[in-house]
Order: sequence, then structure tokens, then C-alpha cells
Amino acid sequence: MPPHWLGTAVTIAGLLVAVWCLVPVLRDRAVDASHWAALGILQALVTAEVVAAIVHLARGAHPHQYVTFIGYVVALFLVPPLAMLLARLEPTRWGALIVTVGAVVVPVLILRVNQLWSGGA
Amino acid sequence: MREALNTGPGRVLIGVYGLFALAAGARAGVQIGTQFSEAPLAYLLSALAAAVYVVATVALARSYRRLALVCCSVELLGVLAIGTASLVDPGAFPKATVWSLYGIGYGFVPLVLPILGLLWLRGRAGRRTPDSTRA
Repeated sequence: MPPHWLGTAVTIAGLLVAVWCLVPVLRDRAVDASHWAALGILQALVTAEVVAAIVHLARGAHPHQYVTFIGYVVALFLVPPLAMLLARLEPTRWGALIVTVGAVVVPVLILRVNQLWSGGA
Repeated sequence: MREALNTGPGRVLIGVYGLFALAAGARAGVQIGTQFSEAPLAYLLSALAAAVYVVATVALARSYRRLALVCCSVELLGVLAIGTASLVDPGAFPKATVWSLYGIGYGFVPLVLPILGLLWLRGRAGRRTPDSTRA
């Protein structure tokens, strides 16, 4: 069983951070320190989920779609930092939109990770 | 001076295109590598879609206007053609591709993305630009 409470926490965090980052998009501002902090917290939670997945595999778990599972875990770990990197190059409302999209993608990836966690499908 | 395609909204497009290049590419790789015989047509289409996303990402990032235009057009035609074909003849697409049912499996982003791309390219077409053959 995937640690659902952790997945749920990451999902909620992703959605909240997305909403928070959407505010500067609508106000035509660049992201500020509060958004970077929010993204940092999100990345910390994502890292916890990724560690849980690694432990899961290290304990001998073998999800049916093994490679795909690893792919999603890697993507989960990389999406927020890459979005932040791209957003740093774009200190406008569009950079804020980039991290908003990145934050929305996290719950989607969590969904897939949970589906593939132990198995069948 | 070439019209920059890689700033502002263009940077958002690059991000989303990059994400799709990664997602479609990885998916096609796994499908072709592990279960190609199950649905060769669908998997080859996935690979083609992935390739187009990769090229589109590069074209936008490097401001290759004409190439970006071709990629977005191919995508739009692809998602419309495959989307319609998968509705009319579901049997021909036993396994989903990115473009099946107009990209429903990806929240219709595959349908919306080329439209946004074309709008962005049109919006940036205000000034006349020299041919973008420069590397």
C-alpha cells in the first residue's frame, strides 16, 4: 500500500501552492519570496514521497510496471525544480504561470505513482 | 534580429512542451521496448508525437519560427486526425496514444497546446523576420 497520507499531503500541497502561485499570474506580478518558500515546502514533501518510493523498491517491491513506476518517481522529483529553474529565467507573470503549472503537475504524478505503487494496473 | 519566441508566454510553452516531450517520449520508449507487438501502430504514433514535441520544444527555445510553425501544425493535424480516427474506429487503436480521443488521457492538453502555440507564433509575427536558418 502506498503511504496514502503522504500522497494526500503532497497532492493538497501541490494544489495549494498552485493557487498561491496563480495569484501573481492574475495580478501581473513576478513570484516573490513567499512563492519560493511555498515551492520549497512542496519540494520537501515531494522528496519525502520519493524517498518512500525508493524504500518501497528497496524492500523488494516489484510494481507490475516497474520501469514506468520509476519514470514517474523521477519525473515527480524533477518537475518542481525544473519549473523553478525556468521560472527564474522569467521574472514576470509568465514565470509565475510556469511554477503554477509545475505545481499542478505534481498531484497528477502522485495519482499515477499511487496507481502503479503495488501493482496491477 | 529574429523575433524571440522564448520569452514571456513562450517560456511557459517551452516548459509544457518539454514536459510533454518527456512524458510522451518516456511512454513511447517503454511501450515500444516492452510490448511493441500489442499495438505497433499506436506505439509508433506515440513515438512520432513524442518526436514532434521534442522538436517543437527546441524550435521554441531557439526561436526557429518556421520549424515551430511546422511542429504546431503537425500536432494540431495529428491530434485532430487521430482523435477522430480513434472515435470512428476504436478497434484500430487498441492501446491509447497521446492523441487518442483528442488527448483525453492527458486532459486534452495535446489538443490545446498546438492551438496556443500557433496563437503565440501568430502574435509574434508582427515584425518581418529574416529566415531562421541560423544555428
